[in-house]
Amino acid sequence: MDKLVAQYSRPPHQNEMYSEQEQQDLTASVPPLSLKFSLPPVDNHSAFLRAMTDDHSNPSCPIKLAHGTTTLAFRFQGGIIVCTDSRATAGNWIASQTVKKVIPVSRLSRGEDKKSDKPTPGLLGTMAGGAADCQYWLRYLSQQCTLHEIRHKRRITVAAASKILANLTYAYKGYGLSMGTMLAGMTPQEGPALYYIDSDGTRLPGNLFCVGSGQTFAYGVLDAEYKYDLTEEEALNLGRRAILAAMHRDAYSGGFINLYHVKEEGWVHHGFDDMNPIFWKTKLEKGEFSNVTSAL
Amino acid sequence: MTSLIGQSENIGYSFSEPTSANVKQHSFYPYTDNGGSTLGITGSDFAILAGDTRSTSGYNINSRMVPKVFKIGGDDETGDGAQILLSVVGFAADGNALKEKLDTVVKMYKYQHGKPMSVSACAQRLSTILYEKRFFPYYVHAILAGLDEEGVGALYSYDPVGSYEREQCRAAGAASSLIMPFLDNQVNFKNQYVPGSGEGHALEPVKAEPLPKETVKALVRDAFTSAVERHIEVGDGLQLMIITREGIEEIYHPLKKD
Repeated sequence: MDKLVAQYSRPPHQNEMYSEQEQQDLTASVPPLSLKFSLPPVDNHSAFLRAMTDDHSNPSCPIKLAHGTTTLAFRFQGGIIVCTDSRATAGNWIASQTVKKVIPVSRLSRGEDKKSDKPTPGLLGTMAGGAADCQYWLRYLSQQCTLHEIRHKRRITVAAASKILANLTYAYKGYGLSMGTMLAGMTPQEGPALYYIDSDGTRLPGNLFCVGSGQTFAYGVLDAEYKYDLTEEEALNLGRRAILAAMHRDAYSGGFINLYHVKEEGWVHHGFDDMNPIFWKTKLEKGEFSNVTSAL
Repeated sequence: MTSLIGQSENIGYSFSEPTSANVKQHSFYPYTDNGGSTLGITGSDFAILAGDTRSTSGYNINSRMVPKVFKIGGDDETGDGAQILLSVVGFAADGNALKEKLDTVVKMYKYQHGKPMSVSACAQRLSTILYEKRFFPYYVHAILAGLDEEGVGALYSYDPVGSYEREQCRAAGAASSLIMPFLDNQVNFKNQYVPGSGEGHALEPVKAEPLPKETVKALVRDAFTSAVERHIEVGDGLQLMIITREGIEEIYHPLKKD
């Protein structure tokens, strides 16, 4: 009986108004890049999230999140090449063909990357897995890098930045985050540095990584042609060619080829180009993809 | 929010037999798909956001006038003085909660800074608002529209947990798969080639350019009248909001009611 009384004696609309904390959050002039996330009122929230959003285990899940990718980055004597496709899929639906999967991570270049011939200082992050997870946490990383820069009066190293991200993903392990990201940058302390970080908490330094559903196809091309002594021109072409191969063979990759070069002074953007003309050029002028007929 | 199904066992009414043997527990399913579709297109000095006004639940049509496009940051409940538009489609309750929250944030920004929030700032804030519920998402596809610092039409589209991108056009909701391919062809001129520019691989693609307002208005109407013909969850009315430097113009256009 006591239980029954307890259940019905609390005000019926207990949670109707915003709580004091929520009111504070709404009026705060700087939005918290909050580490407070609301959780569903169930025992096993990750199972709930999976049932609602994981289109792999449940193709008819109600909330389909943007997924699917090929991204690559490799170190060579002239710096680091970062190259991605631009397709986002939700189930079988192509949600977008114009996603920017290379995200600048630094105070100076945050936000839209403006057209400029001069290299922009800072790191580059790539986006594979959940689009929102990558965008949000790389933005969070940007904020942390800026704070580091203000506190220590010098730019953060790639090793330190990647560790902030890896510690973060490790802390959220099991919550259902999905991201596979590469951080590329060049600092006076490290030279060209490349790290792979994923949502399991993995953090690996390396010379060459491909991430995403099309990674195997990109690895195929890169492993055949890659060497550390590539010239800048060769390296740019190899990055482009590896993504092209992945776009051709992986249905979840496609759209535009997004190409970046990280140098000592910063990164340079080398275009966001439609894959179709590049594919036909590669086929007709170089005789590659001879498996595809060219008759129209 | 409490689940009554889970607790009813513990109450232990004296008149009910304990039925612990075959208790079926419903899984927690807090969402309903209310159907409908939204669509946004930008031009060089305007942005249009449109949505149908039908609200469905399964095969039932529950209302023929539930707006999906809202003014954000207006001075009063009519939305006068607003410079940003938001459309939400999916689960209407989540959509409403999201709209209210963003509206509050944009208003507070104006009171505290003495100037209206820019669209790009609002766009990023909406992204964080959506991501705050990463583990219990809003079941919505949001589109945000306004004019950027140069006065050019700006449109931002979102997935349910806040990944966002600035685009020229975007359709969301039930009929998005019917409308989006039409938009690709008519707004971005995808797969259109200059006649007589060559043969086969030499054909030159038509360059996409910002469209005039009247053309875009006609495209929006065509998109929705066509979607109504082939999708059961779209119909009843078309609500169109056009944002220009002069303010927001609202147009209602009836659609088929079957």
